[in-house]
Amino acid sequence: MSLMSNTSALFGKELRTEFRSRELLTTTVIFILVVVVLFSFTFDPTATESRRFGPGLLWLAFLFAASLMLQPCFLREQGNDTLSALRLSVPDPFAIFLAKLGANTLFLLLTEIMMIPVFAILYNVPVFRVFPQLVVVLFLGSLGLGVTGTALSAISAQARMRELMLPLLLLPLLTPLLIASTEATAALLDPKPTLRWDWLAFLIAFDVIFLTALWLFGEYLLEE
Amino acid sequence: MGEQSAPATGLRFENIEKRYGGIYALRRLTLEVSPGECLALAGRNGSGKTTLLRIAAQLVRPTRGTLSFTGNQNDYKARVGYVAHATMAYDELSAEENLTLFARLQEVANPAERVSDLLKAVGLVERKDSLVRTFSRGMRQRVAIARALLHAPSVLLFDEPSTGLDPLGVAWLAGTLRSLRDAGCTILMSVHGESEIASLATRAVRLDAGSVAADTRAGANFRAILSFADA
Amino acid sequence: MKKDGLFAFVVVALLGYSAYAAFYIAPDEKTMHLVQRIFYLHAPCGMTALVAFLVAFVGNVGYLVKRENKWDWLGIAGVEVGLAFCTVVLLTGPIWAKPAWGVWWAWDARLTSTLVLWLLYVSYLLLRTMIEDPDRRALVSAFYGVFSFLDVPLVYGSIWWWRTQHPQPVVFTSGGLDPTMRKVFYLSWVSLTLLMVLLIRKRYELEELRSEVQALEREAEA
Repeated sequence: MSLMSNTSALFGKELRTEFRSRELLTTTVIFILVVVVLFSFTFDPTATESRRFGPGLLWLAFLFAASLMLQPCFLREQGNDTLSALRLSVPDPFAIFLAKLGANTLFLLLTEIMMIPVFAILYNVPVFRVFPQLVVVLFLGSLGLGVTGTALSAISAQARMRELMLPLLLLPLLTPLLIASTEATAALLDPKPTLRWDWLAFLIAFDVIFLTALWLFGEYLLEE
Repeated sequence: MGEQSAPATGLRFENIEKRYGGIYALRRLTLEVSPGECLALAGRNGSGKTTLLRIAAQLVRPTRGTLSFTGNQNDYKARVGYVAHATMAYDELSAEENLTLFARLQEVANPAERVSDLLKAVGLVERKDSLVRTFSRGMRQRVAIARALLHAPSVLLFDEPSTGLDPLGVAWLAGTLRSLRDAGCTILMSVHGESEIASLATRAVRLDAGSVAADTRAGANFRAILSFADA
Repeated sequence: MKKDGLFAFVVVALLGYSAYAAFYIAPDEKTMHLVQRIFYLHAPCGMTALVAFLVAFVGNVGYLVKRENKWDWLGIAGVEVGLAFCTVVLLTGPIWAKPAWGVWWAWDARLTSTLVLWLLYVSYLLLRTMIEDPDRRALVSAFYGVFSFLDVPLVYGSIWWWRTQHPQPVVFTSGGLDPTMRKVFYLSWVSLTLLMVLLIRKRYELEELRSEVQALEREAEA
């Protein structure tokens, strides 16, 4: 199916471009680290306090990082007008979105996984015994960030004050995702860890709803 | 390089209007381009040339009016090549990687071979592994043209193709356009004044304030159109 | 024009009557007394806001599909009116909470959800000011409007579910509604809904006029 082959070709391009410079990945990781460290000054990271505030702060850091990291997503296609080149070459424009949201989700997930050990050390929370489950939560949350963030970055690329617009548009929208991801993460970091299927189902619903909306209406965002 | 994947294509713009907020880029524009014609589009900046070409490329949707073309109405994208001032290639990829990507996206048969042929034809074989970021304006133009020709289009749209090219680059471009024209491609190109490029055209049209102001098909003088003199 | 005036008159009359009913007809509530009467404004405004946002959603989808300006007018009208009703909810909340419970703000499910919705739709309005070309603006904000409305059930759902996991004292209830209270509530709801219809109608017409003026200006330039 040409949608799948186009998506994988473009996905490969996104990966190749990023891994050549690794700019986005490194700056995002450092940013999350800075935020997590700064947060630790706002409360006393003893074990119980960390378990209470830690997951929320971690996900807030991820949300902020995403709203910054996703800025270049469509902006970088404007410089050489490569967006027009893509629109001319690709029969289904949804492939462009799929490739970008796939790459963005992957990058976010990678930075998050890199942050987990650091978070565990700084805040004294036990993560390794629930690491696989944690990755599942991170994946579903990052997918939500990727879908909405990619769509909204296509919007903010067309607006003035785009550096502020993307966080402004994205963060209120992500409230449900923040709640669900934080709850699921907190349950895993509890002394008696549980995998909260209700919140995971919610995350899946979030991802599916916005992916469908993007599929239905996304191509209009690329028009001139 | 000039081979086409489909028979020559004609275009027809019918009462095209394009409005951006309060500004009309094009208004009541009707133009018919015959298959195989090489049409030079002249006009001042802001006369609507770029908009018309982008509508022909189906990158811009007209506010009103229709664009139609001869032949199968569904595979128009596969028959059109578009070259503008922008490179339309990724700075962080090499010339070869760029062309390979677009060849894959357009499902070109034997992509590796086709990419290699085109790199040879545009003279970029030695620099095929260099990142496009390092290319001069002239080389970027060559990449852009190679990309546009990957799928052997029968309609070519050029937006001021010689801007920024040195005399050597212009000569190369003229030669390329000549062979494409002679191979039967329909060419629509916007030009600035009389030049080696413009003289390749078989027809000239001047746009003024978004409409057709003069047309050699209607008897106007070719050179007058290009130099904006009223004839 | 005459029909419009008549409708406006009916709406104002109904609103006046329901205000009267809220103060004089509805019986006194046993714990909160006078303050509780704000419920007849607070709760229906919340529901009306959602209906207004639904109208905006219809406008947004309509524009994406049809690309006719009238759908964009419906969208902006719905959002602005919805936001106004949201603001009333957010203002009446503290007015109710402070005298009754001594807190200015209660992070209960409905109030919190309304706050998030308010932020979301304020962003919609801000987005519109950041795009100059009217067609682009309409298209892009229609898309964001669709995303925003799809988020509404998710916002309510997640906040409500979160609240059931971490319960807080329930602040804004109607208690057990006795029959008279219920009637006054419905009266209030109906009159506020009609007000919403009137406001959306007027806002739509205003946008339509603006659009006409701009079209005339363009023709004059041409």
